Amino acid sequence: MAIGVKVMRRPEREVSYVRATLKGMALTFKHMFEPKVTMQYPEQKSTTEWSISQRWRGTHRMLTDEQGRSKCVACGLCPQICPANCIKLVPGEDEQGNRYPLIYEIDEFRCVFCGYCQEVCPEEAIHVGVHFENAEYTRGRFVYDLERLQSQTHAVSTLWDPSDPQGE
Amino acid sequence: MTPEMKGFILLSVLKMLFVFTVILVGVALLTLMERKVSAWMQNRRGPNRVGWAGLLQPAADGVKNILKEETSPALANRWLFVLAPALAFIPALMLSAVIPFAAPLPVDFDVTLGPLGPFAYHGPLPMVVADLPIGFLFVLAISSMGVYGIALAGWSSNSKYALLGGLRATAQMISYEVAMGLSLIPVLLISGNVGFGAIIRDQQAGLWYVLPLFLSFFIFLISGFAETNRLPFDLPEAESELIAGYHTEYSAMKFSLFFIAEYANVVTVCAMVTTLFFGGWDIPGRWDEQGGLLQTIATGAFFFLKLMFWIFFVMWIRWTLPRFRYDQLMALGWKVLMPIALAYIMVICTAIYGIEHVAGITDPKLRSLALLGVNVVVAFLVFGLLDSGVFIKGSNRRQHSAKPLVKRATVTG
Repeated sequence: MAIGVKVMRRPEREVSYVRATLKGMALTFKHMFEPKVTMQYPEQKSTTEWSISQRWRGTHRMLTDEQGRSKCVACGLCPQICPANCIKLVPGEDEQGNRYPLIYEIDEFRCVFCGYCQEVCPEEAIHVGVHFENAEYTRGRFVYDLERLQSQTHAVSTLWDPSDPQGE
Repeated sequence: MTPEMKGFILLSVLKMLFVFTVILVGVALLTLMERKVSAWMQNRRGPNRVGWAGLLQPAADGVKNILKEETSPALANRWLFVLAPALAFIPALMLSAVIPFAAPLPVDFDVTLGPLGPFAYHGPLPMVVADLPIGFLFVLAISSMGVYGIALAGWSSNSKYALLGGLRATAQMISYEVAMGLSLIPVLLISGNVGFGAIIRDQQAGLWYVLPLFLSFFIFLISGFAETNRLPFDLPEAESELIAGYHTEYSAMKFSLFFIAEYANVVTVCAMVTTLFFGGWDIPGRWDEQGGLLQTIATGAFFFLKLMFWIFFVMWIRWTLPRFRYDQLMALGWKVLMPIALAYIMVICTAIYGIEHVAGITDPKLRSLALLGVNVVVAFLVFGLLDSGVFIKGSNRRQHSAKPLVKRATVTG
Protein backbone atom coordinates (compact mmCIF):
# COMPACT_ATOMS: atom_id res chain seq x y z
CA MET A 1 0.00 0.00 0.00
CA ALA A 2 1.25 3.40 -0.92
CA ILE A 3 2.17 5.69 1.93
CA GLY A 4 -0.20 8.67 2.20
CA VAL A 5 1.88 11.79 1.76
CA LYS A 6 0.21 15.09 2.56
CA VAL A 7 1.11 17.56 -0.15
CA MET A 8 1.12 21.14 1.14
CA ARG A 9 -0.17 23.71 -1.28
CA ARG A 10 2.75 26.10 -1.46
CA PRO A 11 2.35 29.32 -3.38
CA GLU A 12 4.12 29.08 -6.70
CA ARG A 13 5.28 32.69 -6.76
CA GLU A 14 6.28 35.06 -4.00
CA VAL A 15 3.30 36.41 -2.11
CA SER A 16 3.07 38.96 0.64
CA TYR A 17 1.44 38.60 4.04
CA VAL A 18 -1.53 40.82 3.24
CA ARG A 19 -3.88 37.95 2.54
CA ALA A 20 -2.55 35.88 5.40
CA THR A 21 -3.16 38.81 7.75
CA LEU A 22 -6.78 39.13 6.71
CA LYS A 23 -7.24 35.40 7.03
CA GLY A 24 -5.75 35.44 10.52
CA MET A 25 -7.95 38.31 11.58
CA ALA A 26 -11.06 36.51 10.38
CA LEU A 27 -9.96 33.49 12.36
CA THR A 28 -9.39 35.34 15.63
CA PHE A 29 -12.69 37.18 15.20
CA LYS A 30 -14.49 33.90 14.71
CA HIS A 31 -12.91 32.54 17.86
CA MET A 32 -14.42 35.34 19.95
CA PHE A 33 -17.85 33.80 19.56
CA GLU A 34 -16.94 30.21 20.06
CA PRO A 35 -17.83 28.46 23.32
CA LYS A 36 -15.28 29.01 26.04
CA VAL A 37 -13.18 26.08 27.12
CA THR A 38 -12.31 27.51 30.54
CA MET A 39 -13.21 25.34 33.51
CA GLN A 40 -14.24 27.57 36.43
CA TYR A 41 -11.96 25.65 38.74
CA PRO A 42 -12.81 26.10 42.39
CA GLU A 43 -16.54 25.93 41.70
CA GLN A 44 -16.34 23.37 38.96
CA LYS A 45 -13.91 20.49 39.30
CA SER A 46 -14.85 18.43 36.33
CA THR A 47 -16.76 18.92 33.12
CA THR A 48 -18.32 16.50 30.71
CA GLU A 49 -15.19 16.68 28.59
CA TRP A 50 -12.68 16.47 31.34
CA SER A 51 -12.50 14.85 34.73
CA ILE A 52 -9.56 13.72 36.77
CA SER A 53 -8.36 10.24 35.89
CA GLN A 54 -9.22 7.35 38.18
CA ARG A 55 -5.58 6.34 37.83
CA TRP A 56 -4.37 9.62 39.33
CA ARG A 57 -1.80 9.01 42.08
CA GLY A 58 -2.23 11.67 44.73
CA THR A 59 -1.91 11.88 48.52
CA HIS A 60 -2.33 8.63 50.37
CA ARG A 61 -5.19 6.96 52.18
CA MET A 62 -5.07 4.11 54.67
CA LEU A 63 -8.15 1.92 54.43
CA THR A 64 -9.74 0.55 57.61
CA ASP A 65 -11.61 -2.63 58.50
CA GLU A 66 -15.13 -2.88 59.97
CA GLN A 67 -13.93 -2.04 63.49
CA GLY A 68 -12.31 1.14 62.24
CA ARG A 69 -8.77 -0.15 62.70
CA SER A 70 -6.30 0.24 59.89
CA LYS A 71 -5.92 -2.76 57.62
CA CYS A 72 -2.14 -2.46 57.89
CA VAL A 73 -0.36 -5.48 59.33
CA ALA A 74 3.01 -3.70 59.54
CA CYS A 75 4.66 -6.18 57.19
CA GLY A 76 7.21 -3.57 56.17
CA LEU A 77 6.89 -4.04 52.41
CA CYS A 78 5.91 -0.44 51.66
CA PRO A 79 8.90 1.25 53.36
CA GLN A 80 11.03 -1.43 51.72
CA ILE A 81 9.87 -0.70 48.18
CA CYS A 82 9.43 3.06 48.57
CA PRO A 83 12.01 4.67 46.21
CA ALA A 84 11.83 7.98 48.03
CA ASN A 85 12.14 6.48 51.50
CA CYS A 86 9.22 8.54 52.70
CA ILE A 87 7.34 5.94 54.77
CA LYS A 88 8.23 5.52 58.42
CA LEU A 89 6.83 2.33 59.95
CA VAL A 90 7.33 1.06 63.52
CA PRO A 91 5.57 -2.31 63.92
CA GLY A 92 3.78 -3.37 67.08
CA GLU A 93 2.10 -6.63 68.20
CA ASP A 94 -0.99 -7.10 70.35
CA GLU A 95 -1.83 -9.96 72.83
CA GLN A 96 -3.25 -12.21 70.07
CA GLY A 97 -0.05 -11.83 68.10
CA ASN A 98 -1.56 -9.57 65.45
CA ARG A 99 0.90 -7.10 64.04
CA TYR A 100 -0.18 -3.50 63.67
CA PRO A 101 1.65 -0.23 63.02
CA LEU A 102 2.66 1.70 66.15
CA ILE A 103 3.83 4.57 64.00
CA TYR A 104 2.95 4.93 60.33
CA GLU A 105 3.96 8.23 58.80
CA ILE A 106 4.25 9.31 55.19
CA ASP A 107 6.18 12.44 54.33
CA GLU A 108 4.19 13.71 51.36
CA PHE A 109 7.00 16.11 50.45
CA ARG A 110 9.44 13.27 49.95
CA CYS A 111 6.91 11.05 48.20
CA VAL A 112 7.27 10.76 44.42
CA PHE A 113 3.76 9.30 44.03
CA CYS A 114 4.95 6.22 42.18
CA GLY A 115 2.19 4.09 43.72
CA TYR A 116 4.53 1.19 44.54
CA CYS A 117 3.28 1.14 48.13
CA GLN A 118 -0.26 0.44 46.94
CA GLU A 119 0.95 -2.17 44.47
CA VAL A 120 3.05 -4.01 47.02
CA CYS A 121 0.60 -3.93 49.94
CA PRO A 122 -0.66 -7.48 50.59
CA GLU A 123 -3.62 -6.26 52.67
CA GLU A 124 -4.76 -3.49 50.30
CA ALA A 125 -4.35 -1.11 53.19
CA ILE A 126 -2.23 1.81 51.88
CA HIS A 127 -3.45 3.50 48.72
CA VAL A 128 -2.56 6.52 46.68
CA GLY A 129 -5.63 8.72 46.29
CA VAL A 130 -7.38 10.63 43.56
CA HIS A 131 -6.75 13.97 45.18
CA PHE A 132 -4.69 17.05 44.40
CA GLU A 133 -5.74 19.92 46.68
CA ASN A 134 -3.10 19.66 49.37
CA ALA A 135 -2.42 23.21 50.55
CA GLU A 136 -1.28 23.58 54.15
CA TYR A 137 -0.04 26.44 56.28
CA THR A 138 3.08 24.72 57.61
CA ARG A 139 5.53 22.24 56.17
CA GLY A 140 5.07 19.99 59.18
CA ARG A 141 1.49 19.33 58.21
CA PHE A 142 2.70 17.42 55.17
CA VAL A 143 3.90 14.52 57.28
CA TYR A 144 0.68 12.50 57.38
CA ASP A 145 0.35 10.25 60.44
CA LEU A 146 -1.79 7.13 60.66
CA GLU A 147 -4.83 8.94 61.99
CA ARG A 148 -4.71 11.45 59.15
CA LEU A 149 -4.22 8.76 56.55
CA GLN A 150 -7.25 6.90 57.90
CA SER A 151 -9.46 9.96 58.05
CA GLN A 152 -9.01 10.86 54.37
CA THR A 153 -12.17 10.22 52.39
CA HIS A 154 -11.19 10.83 48.78
CA ALA A 155 -11.35 8.03 46.19
CA VAL A 156 -8.39 5.69 45.95
CA SER A 157 -6.46 5.31 42.75
CA THR A 158 -7.09 2.28 40.56
CA LEU A 159 -3.47 2.49 39.37
CA TRP A 160 -4.50 0.91 36.09
CA ASP A 161 -7.55 1.13 33.94
CA PRO A 162 -9.82 -1.80 34.92
CA SER A 163 -11.16 -2.03 31.37
CA ASP A 164 -7.64 -2.21 29.94
CA PRO A 165 -5.42 -3.98 32.50
CA GLN A 166 -2.64 -4.67 30.01
CA GLY A 167 -2.28 -0.99 29.24
CA GLU A 168 -3.07 -1.38 25.58
CA MET B 1 -9.70 89.71 35.27
CA THR B 2 -12.86 90.02 33.28
CA PRO B 3 -15.78 87.70 34.00
CA GLU B 4 -15.38 86.21 30.49
CA MET B 5 -11.79 85.26 31.17
CA LYS B 6 -12.69 83.72 34.51
CA GLY B 7 -15.54 81.82 32.87
CA PHE B 8 -13.16 80.48 30.24
CA ILE B 9 -10.68 79.34 32.89
CA LEU B 10 -13.42 77.73 34.95
CA LEU B 11 -14.79 75.79 31.98
CA SER B 12 -11.30 74.80 30.87
CA VAL B 13 -10.53 73.43 34.32
CA LEU B 14 -13.78 71.46 34.26
CA LYS B 15 -12.96 70.06 30.82
CA MET B 16 -9.47 69.13 31.98
CA LEU B 17 -10.80 67.29 35.00
CA PHE B 18 -13.32 65.49 32.82
CA VAL B 19 -10.88 64.48 30.09
CA PHE B 20 -8.07 63.36 32.37
CA THR B 21 -10.42 61.44 34.63
CA VAL B 22 -11.92 59.68 31.64
CA ILE B 23 -8.49 58.95 30.18
CA LEU B 24 -7.00 57.59 33.39
CA VAL B 25 -10.01 55.48 34.31
CA GLY B 26 -10.40 54.44 30.69
CA VAL B 27 -6.79 53.38 30.46
CA ALA B 28 -7.22 51.24 33.56
CA LEU B 29 -10.29 49.64 32.04
CA LEU B 30 -8.46 49.14 28.74
CA THR B 31 -6.02 46.81 30.48
CA LEU B 32 -9.03 44.76 31.48
CA MET B 33 -10.47 44.97 27.98
CA GLU B 34 -7.18 43.83 26.50
CA ARG B 35 -7.14 40.79 28.75
CA LYS B 36 -10.78 40.03 28.03
CA VAL B 37 -10.38 40.38 24.27
CA SER B 38 -7.27 38.23 24.26
CA ALA B 39 -9.10 35.64 26.35
CA TRP B 40 -12.10 35.57 24.03
CA MET B 41 -9.91 35.20 21.00
CA GLN B 42 -8.28 32.19 22.65
CA ASN B 43 -11.59 30.65 23.77
CA ARG B 44 -10.97 31.61 27.38
CA ARG B 45 -13.00 33.75 29.75
CA GLY B 46 -10.43 36.24 30.99
CA PRO B 47 -10.36 37.81 34.45
CA ASN B 48 -13.75 37.36 36.10
CA ARG B 49 -13.01 36.99 39.80
CA VAL B 50 -12.57 40.52 41.11
CA GLY B 51 -15.84 42.41 41.04
CA TRP B 52 -18.62 41.79 38.60
CA ALA B 53 -17.19 40.18 35.44
CA GLY B 54 -13.72 41.23 36.59
CA LEU B 55 -14.48 44.95 36.48
CA LEU B 56 -12.45 45.61 39.61
CA GLN B 57 -9.42 43.78 38.23
CA PRO B 58 -7.66 47.05 37.24
CA ALA B 59 -8.15 48.31 40.81
CA ALA B 60 -6.66 45.11 42.17
CA ASP B 61 -3.72 45.43 39.80
CA GLY B 62 -3.28 49.05 40.82
CA VAL B 63 -3.24 48.21 44.52
CA LYS B 64 -0.78 45.42 43.87
CA ASN B 65 1.50 47.71 41.90
CA ILE B 66 1.44 50.41 44.54
CA LEU B 67 2.23 47.97 47.34
CA LYS B 68 5.03 46.18 45.50
CA GLU B 69 8.67 46.78 46.21
CA GLU B 70 10.37 49.46 44.17
CA THR B 71 13.58 47.94 42.93
CA SER B 72 16.37 49.71 41.17
CA PRO B 73 19.37 48.02 39.64
CA ALA B 74 22.85 48.59 40.98
CA LEU B 75 24.74 51.22 38.98
CA ALA B 76 21.56 52.48 37.40
CA ASN B 77 21.45 56.19 36.81
CA ARG B 78 18.96 56.84 39.59
CA TRP B 79 17.88 60.26 38.41
CA LEU B 80 17.05 59.23 34.86
CA PHE B 81 15.73 55.90 36.07
CA VAL B 82 13.07 57.70 38.07
CA LEU B 83 12.54 60.38 35.46
CA ALA B 84 12.00 58.01 32.52
CA PRO B 85 8.53 56.69 33.43
CA ALA B 86 7.35 60.25 33.90
CA LEU B 87 8.83 61.22 30.54
CA ALA B 88 6.89 58.42 28.89
CA PHE B 89 3.73 59.15 30.82
CA ILE B 90 3.39 62.92 30.53
CA PRO B 91 3.43 63.27 26.69
CA ALA B 92 0.98 60.40 26.45
CA LEU B 93 -1.47 62.24 28.68
CA MET B 94 -0.79 65.65 27.13
CA LEU B 95 -2.03 64.42 23.78
CA SER B 96 -5.51 63.78 25.10
CA ALA B 97 -5.86 67.53 25.54
CA VAL B 98 -6.15 68.35 21.85
CA ILE B 99 -8.64 65.74 20.64
CA PRO B 100 -12.15 67.16 20.16
CA PHE B 101 -14.54 64.62 21.59
CA ALA B 102 -17.97 66.13 20.89
CA ALA B 103 -19.80 68.85 19.01
CA PRO B 104 -19.37 72.35 20.47
CA LEU B 105 -21.80 73.02 23.28
CA PRO B 106 -23.61 76.36 23.23
CA VAL B 107 -23.05 77.88 26.66
CA ASP B 108 -24.55 81.05 27.96
CA PHE B 109 -24.17 81.84 31.64
CA ASP B 110 -23.52 84.70 33.98
CA VAL B 111 -23.07 83.69 37.60
CA THR B 112 -21.39 85.00 40.71
CA LEU B 113 -19.52 82.42 42.75
CA GLY B 114 -19.15 83.92 46.25
CA PRO B 115 -15.81 85.64 46.82
CA LEU B 116 -14.49 84.65 43.38
CA GLY B 117 -16.71 87.21 41.72
CA PRO B 118 -18.69 87.00 38.49
CA PHE B 119 -18.14 84.34 35.81
CA ALA B 120 -19.49 84.55 32.30
CA TYR B 121 -19.28 82.59 29.06
CA HIS B 122 -21.22 83.20 25.89
CA GLY B 123 -21.18 81.25 22.65
CA PRO B 124 -20.27 77.73 21.60
CA LEU B 125 -17.82 75.95 23.86
CA PRO B 126 -15.49 73.66 21.90
CA MET B 127 -15.46 70.22 23.49
CA VAL B 128 -11.70 69.95 23.60
CA VAL B 129 -9.37 70.94 26.41
CA ALA B 130 -7.09 73.02 24.20
CA ASP B 131 -8.41 74.02 20.80
CA LEU B 132 -4.93 74.44 19.33
CA PRO B 133 -4.59 75.99 15.90
CA ILE B 134 -1.61 73.71 15.18
CA GLY B 135 -3.77 70.59 15.55
CA PHE B 136 -2.12 67.39 14.48
CA LEU B 137 1.33 68.95 14.30
CA PHE B 138 1.15 69.14 18.08
CA VAL B 139 0.26 65.45 18.24
CA LEU B 140 3.14 64.50 15.94
CA ALA B 141 5.57 66.61 17.95
CA ILE B 142 4.53 65.43 21.40
CA SER B 143 4.01 61.79 20.51
CA SER B 144 7.60 61.55 19.30
CA MET B 145 8.72 62.95 22.65
CA GLY B 146 7.40 59.82 24.30
CA VAL B 147 10.36 57.93 22.91
CA TYR B 148 12.67 59.87 25.23
CA GLY B 149 11.07 58.14 28.15
CA ILE B 150 11.59 54.75 26.57
CA ALA B 151 15.13 55.42 25.38
CA LEU B 152 16.17 56.87 28.75
CA ALA B 153 14.51 54.00 30.60
CA GLY B 154 16.54 51.62 28.51
CA TRP B 155 19.78 53.49 28.95
CA SER B 156 19.52 54.32 32.65
CA SER B 157 18.64 50.77 33.70
CA ASN B 158 22.22 49.58 33.16
CA SER B 159 20.92 46.40 31.59
CA LYS B 160 21.71 45.06 28.13
CA TYR B 161 18.13 44.02 27.42
CA ALA B 162 16.70 47.34 28.47
CA LEU B 163 19.30 49.19 26.41
CA LEU B 164 18.51 47.16 23.31
CA GLY B 165 14.81 47.79 23.85
CA GLY B 166 15.40 51.51 24.13
CA LEU B 167 17.55 51.58 21.00
CA ARG B 168 14.97 49.65 19.05
CA ALA B 169 12.24 52.00 20.20
CA THR B 170 14.27 54.97 19.02
CA ALA B 171 15.04 53.53 15.60
CA GLN B 172 11.47 52.40 15.12
CA MET B 173 10.06 55.74 16.15
CA ILE B 174 12.32 57.62 13.75
CA SER B 175 11.47 55.28 10.86
CA TYR B 176 7.73 55.41 11.28
CA GLU B 177 7.50 59.05 12.21
CA VAL B 178 8.45 59.83 8.62
CA ALA B 179 5.73 57.70 7.08
CA MET B 180 3.22 58.98 9.61
CA GLY B 181 3.98 62.61 8.89
CA LEU B 182 3.91 62.04 5.14
CA SER B 183 0.62 60.18 5.37
CA LEU B 184 -0.99 63.22 6.95
CA ILE B 185 0.02 65.61 4.16
CA PRO B 186 -2.91 64.56 1.91
CA VAL B 187 -5.21 65.42 4.83
CA LEU B 188 -3.64 68.83 4.94
CA LEU B 189 -3.96 69.11 1.16
CA ILE B 190 -7.69 68.61 1.08
CA SER B 191 -8.66 70.29 4.34
CA GLY B 192 -6.22 73.18 3.95
CA ASN B 193 -5.80 73.32 7.73
CA VAL B 194 -4.01 71.36 10.44
CA GLY B 195 -6.50 72.16 13.21
CA PHE B 196 -8.73 69.33 14.27
CA GLY B 197 -11.80 71.57 14.33
CA ALA B 198 -11.33 72.60 10.70
CA ILE B 199 -10.61 69.05 9.61
CA ILE B 200 -13.81 67.79 11.20
CA ARG B 201 -15.82 70.61 9.61
CA ASP B 202 -14.38 69.75 6.21
CA GLN B 203 -15.31 66.10 6.70
CA GLN B 204 -18.83 67.13 7.66
CA ALA B 205 -19.11 69.11 4.44
CA GLY B 206 -17.63 66.39 2.24
CA LEU B 207 -17.00 62.77 3.02
CA TRP B 208 -15.11 61.19 5.90
CA TYR B 209 -11.48 61.25 4.83
CA VAL B 210 -11.18 57.49 4.96
CA LEU B 211 -12.98 57.38 1.60
CA PRO B 212 -11.15 60.06 -0.38
CA LEU B 213 -7.83 59.37 1.37
CA PHE B 214 -7.92 55.65 1.94
CA LEU B 215 -4.23 55.04 1.50
CA SER B 216 -3.34 57.80 3.95
CA PHE B 217 -5.54 56.14 6.49
CA PHE B 218 -3.90 52.80 5.86
CA ILE B 219 -0.38 54.16 6.24
CA PHE B 220 -1.33 56.20 9.27
CA LEU B 221 -2.85 53.19 10.95
CA ILE B 222 0.24 51.04 10.40
CA SER B 223 2.56 53.81 11.54
CA GLY B 224 0.31 54.31 14.53
CA PHE B 225 0.82 50.72 15.55
CA ALA B 226 4.56 51.23 15.26
CA GLU B 227 4.44 54.51 17.21
CA THR B 228 2.61 52.96 20.13
CA ASN B 229 4.98 49.96 20.17
CA ARG B 230 2.09 47.57 19.93
CA LEU B 231 2.21 44.20 18.29
CA PRO B 232 3.05 43.44 15.52
CA PHE B 233 5.67 46.15 16.10
CA ASP B 234 6.41 45.64 19.77
CA LEU B 235 10.12 45.11 19.21
CA PRO B 236 11.13 47.43 22.07
CA GLU B 237 9.41 45.00 24.43
CA ALA B 238 9.82 41.71 22.56
CA GLU B 239 9.53 39.48 25.58
CA SER B 240 10.83 36.44 23.74
CA GLU B 241 14.05 38.22 22.80
CA LEU B 242 14.58 41.00 25.34
CA ILE B 243 12.76 39.72 28.48
CA ALA B 244 10.62 42.85 28.72
CA GLY B 245 12.71 45.29 26.71
CA TYR B 246 13.00 48.81 28.01
CA HIS B 247 11.04 48.18 31.22
CA THR B 248 12.88 45.02 32.23
CA GLU B 249 14.33 46.63 35.34
CA TYR B 250 11.22 48.46 36.44
CA SER B 251 8.88 47.28 39.13
CA ALA B 252 5.82 48.45 41.00
CA MET B 253 4.22 51.75 40.04
CA LYS B 254 7.06 52.86 37.76
CA PHE B 255 6.40 49.81 35.63
CA SER B 256 2.72 50.58 35.79
CA LEU B 257 3.34 54.09 34.47
CA PHE B 258 4.87 52.64 31.30
CA PHE B 259 1.75 50.60 30.82
CA ILE B 260 -0.53 53.55 31.39
CA ALA B 261 1.56 55.50 28.89
CA GLU B 262 1.26 52.72 26.33
CA TYR B 263 -2.49 52.54 26.65
CA ALA B 264 -2.84 56.30 26.67
CA ASN B 265 -0.86 56.32 23.42
CA VAL B 266 -3.17 53.71 21.99
CA VAL B 267 -6.15 55.88 22.92
CA THR B 268 -4.51 58.88 21.29
CA VAL B 269 -3.67 57.10 18.06
CA CYS B 270 -7.17 55.67 17.88
CA ALA B 271 -8.62 59.12 18.58
CA MET B 272 -6.41 60.52 15.81
CA VAL B 273 -7.60 57.87 13.37
CA THR B 274 -11.18 58.64 14.34
CA THR B 275 -10.75 62.38 14.09
CA LEU B 276 -8.69 62.55 10.93
CA PHE B 277 -10.28 59.79 8.90
CA PHE B 278 -13.65 58.94 10.44
CA GLY B 279 -15.11 62.37 10.96
CA GLY B 280 -14.29 62.71 14.65
CA TRP B 281 -17.54 63.24 16.50
CA ASP B 282 -19.45 63.70 13.24
CA ILE B 283 -22.71 61.78 12.92
CA PRO B 284 -23.61 61.40 9.22
CA GLY B 285 -26.36 63.84 8.34
CA ARG B 286 -27.07 67.44 9.22
CA TRP B 287 -28.63 66.90 12.63
CA ASP B 288 -25.47 67.18 14.70
CA GLU B 289 -24.56 70.62 13.37
CA GLN B 290 -27.49 72.39 14.98
CA GLY B 291 -25.76 72.71 18.35
CA GLY B 292 -27.35 71.88 21.66
CA LEU B 293 -26.87 69.75 24.74
CA LEU B 294 -28.45 66.69 23.15
CA GLN B 295 -26.28 67.02 20.07
CA THR B 296 -23.17 67.34 22.21
CA ILE B 297 -24.02 64.22 24.19
CA ALA B 298 -24.95 62.22 21.08
CA THR B 299 -21.83 63.22 19.17
CA GLY B 300 -19.73 62.47 22.26
CA ALA B 301 -21.24 59.00 22.46
CA PHE B 302 -20.70 58.46 18.76
CA PHE B 303 -17.07 59.54 19.03
CA PHE B 304 -16.67 57.12 21.91
CA LEU B 305 -18.13 54.30 19.83
CA LYS B 306 -15.74 54.95 16.94
CA LEU B 307 -12.86 55.24 19.37
CA MET B 308 -13.76 51.95 21.02
CA PHE B 309 -13.96 50.26 17.65
CA TRP B 310 -10.42 51.34 16.81
CA ILE B 311 -9.14 50.37 20.22
CA PHE B 312 -10.71 46.98 19.71
CA PHE B 313 -9.09 46.84 16.29
CA VAL B 314 -5.67 47.49 17.84
CA MET B 315 -6.24 44.64 20.27
CA TRP B 316 -7.59 42.44 17.54
CA ILE B 317 -4.40 42.94 15.53
CA ARG B 318 -2.28 42.36 18.59
CA TRP B 319 -3.79 38.97 19.28
CA THR B 320 -3.69 37.93 15.64
CA LEU B 321 -0.30 38.80 14.23
CA PRO B 322 3.12 37.63 15.37
CA ARG B 323 5.95 40.10 15.86
CA PHE B 324 7.88 41.36 12.85
CA ARG B 325 11.53 40.59 12.50
CA TYR B 326 13.60 43.72 12.94
CA ASP B 327 14.77 43.97 9.32
CA GLN B 328 11.20 43.38 8.11
CA LEU B 329 10.06 46.21 10.33
CA MET B 330 12.66 48.58 8.93
CA ALA B 331 12.03 47.44 5.36
CA LEU B 332 8.31 48.01 5.74
CA GLY B 333 8.85 51.49 7.13
CA TRP B 334 11.47 52.78 4.74
CA LYS B 335 10.99 50.74 1.58
CA VAL B 336 7.24 50.39 1.49
CA LEU B 337 5.32 52.91 3.54
CA MET B 338 7.49 55.92 2.86
CA PRO B 339 7.62 55.57 -0.95
CA ILE B 340 3.91 54.83 -1.05
CA ALA B 341 3.18 57.86 1.09
CA LEU B 342 5.34 60.07 -1.14
CA ALA B 343 3.76 58.77 -4.31
CA TYR B 344 0.34 59.16 -2.80
CA ILE B 345 1.01 62.82 -2.03
CA MET B 346 1.83 63.33 -5.72
CA VAL B 347 -1.31 61.48 -6.81
CA ILE B 348 -3.51 63.49 -4.47
CA CYS B 349 -1.86 66.78 -5.49
CA THR B 350 -2.49 66.00 -9.14
CA ALA B 351 -6.01 64.83 -8.46
CA ILE B 352 -6.89 67.93 -6.47
CA TYR B 353 -5.40 70.17 -9.14
CA GLY B 354 -7.33 68.30 -11.79
CA ILE B 355 -10.58 68.41 -9.89
CA GLU B 356 -10.43 72.02 -8.76
CA HIS B 357 -8.70 73.76 -11.63
CA VAL B 358 -9.27 71.63 -14.69
CA ALA B 359 -12.73 70.24 -13.96
CA GLY B 360 -13.62 73.23 -11.84
CA ILE B 361 -15.46 71.34 -9.10
CA THR B 362 -15.54 73.28 -5.83
CA ASP B 363 -18.46 71.67 -3.99
CA PRO B 364 -16.83 69.70 -1.15
CA LYS B 365 -19.14 66.72 -1.59
CA LEU B 366 -18.46 66.38 -5.32
CA ARG B 367 -14.77 66.93 -4.78
CA SER B 368 -14.68 64.16 -2.20
CA LEU B 369 -16.58 61.81 -4.48
CA ALA B 370 -14.16 62.51 -7.32
CA LEU B 371 -11.23 61.82 -4.99
CA LEU B 372 -12.96 58.65 -3.90
CA GLY B 373 -13.01 57.54 -7.52
CA VAL B 374 -9.28 58.18 -7.80
CA ASN B 375 -8.75 56.27 -4.58
CA VAL B 376 -10.60 53.18 -5.64
CA VAL B 377 -8.18 52.88 -8.56
CA VAL B 378 -5.14 53.63 -6.38
CA ALA B 379 -6.23 51.21 -3.67
CA PHE B 380 -6.77 48.41 -6.18
CA LEU B 381 -3.34 49.06 -7.68
CA VAL B 382 -1.52 49.24 -4.37
CA PHE B 383 -3.21 46.26 -2.80
CA GLY B 384 -2.83 44.25 -5.97
CA LEU B 385 0.89 44.99 -5.97
CA LEU B 386 1.14 44.35 -2.24
CA ASP B 387 -0.61 41.05 -2.60
CA SER B 388 1.52 39.90 -5.49
CA GLY B 389 4.57 40.48 -3.34
CA VAL B 390 6.13 43.29 -5.34
CA PHE B 391 6.57 45.56 -2.30
CA ILE B 392 6.71 43.10 0.54
CA LYS B 393 8.26 39.72 0.24
CA GLY B 394 6.73 36.90 2.19
CA SER B 395 8.80 34.44 4.14
CA ASN B 396 8.38 31.72 1.55
CA ARG B 397 11.76 31.93 -0.10
CA ARG B 398 12.70 28.29 -0.30
CA GLN B 399 13.35 28.46 -4.05
CA HIS B 400 16.35 30.66 -3.36
CA SER B 401 17.68 29.06 -0.22
CA ALA B 402 17.26 25.54 -1.53
CA LYS B 403 19.87 26.13 -4.20
CA PRO B 404 22.75 23.73 -3.43
CA LEU B 405 25.99 25.49 -2.65
CA VAL B 406 28.24 22.84 -4.21
CA LYS B 407 27.38 21.48 -7.57
CA ARG B 408 26.20 17.96 -6.94
CA ALA B 409 28.19 15.21 -8.63
CA THR B 410 26.13 13.57 -11.31
CA VAL B 411 25.33 10.01 -10.45
CA THR B 412 25.27 7.80 -13.46
CA GLY B 413 24.51 4.17 -14.01
